Amino acid sequence: MSVGGSVGGNALMDTVVIESLEPLIAALQSAGYAVVGPTVKDAAVRMAEISSVEDLPAGVGDVQRPGNYRLAERGDEMLFDFAASPDSAKRFTQPPRQRLFRMRGQTIEEVREKAPRVALLGVRACDLAAIAVQDRVFLGRHPDPTYRRRREALFLIAVNCAVPGGTCFCVSMGTGPKATTGFDLALTELASPHRFTVESGSERGAQIVAAIPHRPADQGDLTAAEEVSRIAATRMGRHVDTEGIQQWLPAAHDSPRWTDVASRCLSCTNCTMVCPTCFCSTVEDITDLTGEVTERSERWDSCFSLDFTELSGQPPVRSSALARYRQWLTHKFATWYDQFGTSGCVGCGRCITWCPTGIDVTEELSAIRDGTGETSCIR
Amino acid sequence: MHPMTPVPYRVRSRRPDRADTVTLALEPVSGPCPFSLPGQFTMVYAHGVGEIPISLSGRGRTGALVHTIRAVGAVSQALCRKRPGDLVGVRGPYGTAFDVAGAAGLDVVVAAGGLGLAPLRTVVRELIAHRSRYGRISVIAGTRTPMTLLYPRELDRWRMAHDIDVQVIVDHPDHIWPGPVGLVTKLIDRIVFAPRRTAAFVCGPEIMMRAVADDLMARGVPARRIALSLERNMKCGVGRCGHCQLGPLLLCLDGPVVDYERVGGLLAVREL
Ligand SMILES: Cc1cc2nc3c(=O)[nH]c(=O)nc-3n(C[C@H](O)[C@H](O)[C@H](O)COP(=O)(O)OP(=O)(O)OC[C@H]3O[C@@H](n4cnc5c(N)ncnc54)[C@H](O)[C@@H]3O)c2cc1C
Ligand code: SF4
Ligand code: SF4
Ligand code: FES
Repeated sequence: MSVGGSVGGNALMDTVVIESLEPLIAALQSAGYAVVGPTVKDAAVRMAEISSVEDLPAGVGDVQRPGNYRLAERGDEMLFDFAASPDSAKRFTQPPRQRLFRMRGQTIEEVREKAPRVALLGVRACDLAAIAVQDRVFLGRHPDPTYRRRREALFLIAVNCAVPGGTCFCVSMGTGPKATTGFDLALTELASPHRFTVESGSERGAQIVAAIPHRPADQGDLTAAEEVSRIAATRMGRHVDTEGIQQWLPAAHDSPRWTDVASRCLSCTNCTMVCPTCFCSTVEDITDLTGEVTERSERWDSCFSLDFTELSGQPPVRSSALARYRQWLTHKFATWYDQFGTSGCVGCGRCITWCPTGIDVTEELSAIRDGTGETSCIR
Repeated sequence: MHPMTPVPYRVRSRRPDRADTVTLALEPVSGPCPFSLPGQFTMVYAHGVGEIPISLSGRGRTGALVHTIRAVGAVSQALCRKRPGDLVGVRGPYGTAFDVAGAAGLDVVVAAGGLGLAPLRTVVRELIAHRSRYGRISVIAGTRTPMTLLYPRELDRWRMAHDIDVQVIVDHPDHIWPGPVGLVTKLIDRIVFAPRRTAAFVCGPEIMMRAVADDLMARGVPARRIALSLERNMKCGVGRCGHCQLGPLLLCLDGPVVDYERVGGLLAVREL
């Protein structure tokens, strides 16, 4: 299910080094891409359109803990030394709201939503894995041509993580911290002197690199880049034991731990909104004042909302918060395999950081596996 | 085409079945009727109101998609009000089918609760089309009151013309109802079938389906030969909205027709 001519891990050309991102950003812009990268906004690292390197968060780091996110000034020259942003690529692959069609009298006309040419700078390995998960959902048995166009218009520039966050566990999920597939370009940021190694993962990635000043990477550059990913892998904030999870998690549907976690979960849907793979949606009709033209849209929905499983004349199938949390966690880590042949979790840690009550999926999973119903710590 | 875009269909005919239920035959405004199998469903769109999953309850002579719809809420009410010539949107047919051909050489039990008779009508019509391939065929149907029984004349025809044992039971009898009273499981005692050589097709409220399936299993019908048609909230029908999940299953793709061996355990978990 490859999209956008991505060629996976085979480097189309040898790794090169660039001294500055400015020519790269300019080359992408002249190739017609809006460059979207990390910026500081609302006291968080947010993905937004940038015009130059100046917009990137130099010297900014983040501290992520269950239910807690804050920025930390480091004051150095590093541009990407933070972990997952609350924004993931999902906003671009599956916008929160998309129009589907218009029905006017006797005719139904599809709305051809725009597929903007966007170059996403600073995509993490876990996010590339999440895009691959979404490809399986939207390009599977009933492929979505709008998704395909949007995906093809997305130019992905991965930046390998150097400083994983306190809620990260990509190593457990086998998705990171080094990007190995699914990118157009993959960068590793190196210090003293400040520079980037660049690998191309696609023909169009290689073309961009060919158009900007670069030099071949020497052994020192390559070793330094490998060290960045090797050290990052040892600094995971969290860990999940995934062995046999597809069997033991669904089988644990009567675990007392579900009652415990349900008492802490607010069913606020935050976890599903920040999750880069959660794809659930619902539909909405808007009719104009004349009543003649109706426009139908699809928008993000969440399995935590009560009406998600509603049926007329009877209570919703998952009426209790317990059942809804159990559905979410079991789907992410187990039944996703049955449906899409992959885990639904890529270990980005966002749901842990952005849960207002600090529910930590890794802690819940180990408690369920160990068969305990007790909370290990009180917050 | 986008999988969420419906095709314009016209209501070709409309027949009220009972106070709150209507059968509509739908044909594409242009082009041929799509291929469909017994047990499959379509997503039917009422302009400006919404879209709901409805099982096929038959195929017209011209190939029209026939749906029997009970008015229970906004969309189903809007569809029940449609008149011949009116426009609706249709996507599909989608989902798994009842394996009617797979029951060749076996006795067949068709068990319906209420509106569950609608999708099962396509099964019985298929059985009748190749009557000689099957052993004994029994149709057992439960209904709330004698007045709410679906397709009464067709049931008579099945009984008279096609060597099918058709039995009806009601929950709330009126003073002239001559037949049995109670749940459809009661009728299992009154029909004849060789359990180990029987295929069952079941549709109705979930508790009814589980009771029938458990009863049939207790008599020796293999769970894998008991097919149910399940209902869950469905917003897409094509595996992208997430609403129809039952544990590992996406019922719009892996269902609605599933065998009891696969889902018996899942249905036993509360609020799954
Ligand atoms: C595979 C399948 C086949 C079906 N076949 C038929 C049929 O042949 N005839 C028929 O009359 N009905 C059938 N139904 C049920 C029908 O889809 C619901 O009655 C309908 O969705 C109700 O929508 P509403 O807007 O009228 O009611 P509301 O009560 O306003 O609906 C509210 C929401 O709940 C959903 N919903 C409510 N009841 C059901 C239900 N029973 N199943 C699934 N979603 C529901 C609606 O789609 C809507 O999203 C079938 C359902 C499924 C899943
Ligand atoms: S479940 Fe949590 S950690 Fe896993 S991909 Fe989703 S947000 Fe990230
Ligand atoms: S787990 Fe946390 S983020 Fe998710 S719905 Fe519950 S309270 Fe909200
Ligand atoms: S109905 Fe949307 S995923 Fe099944």
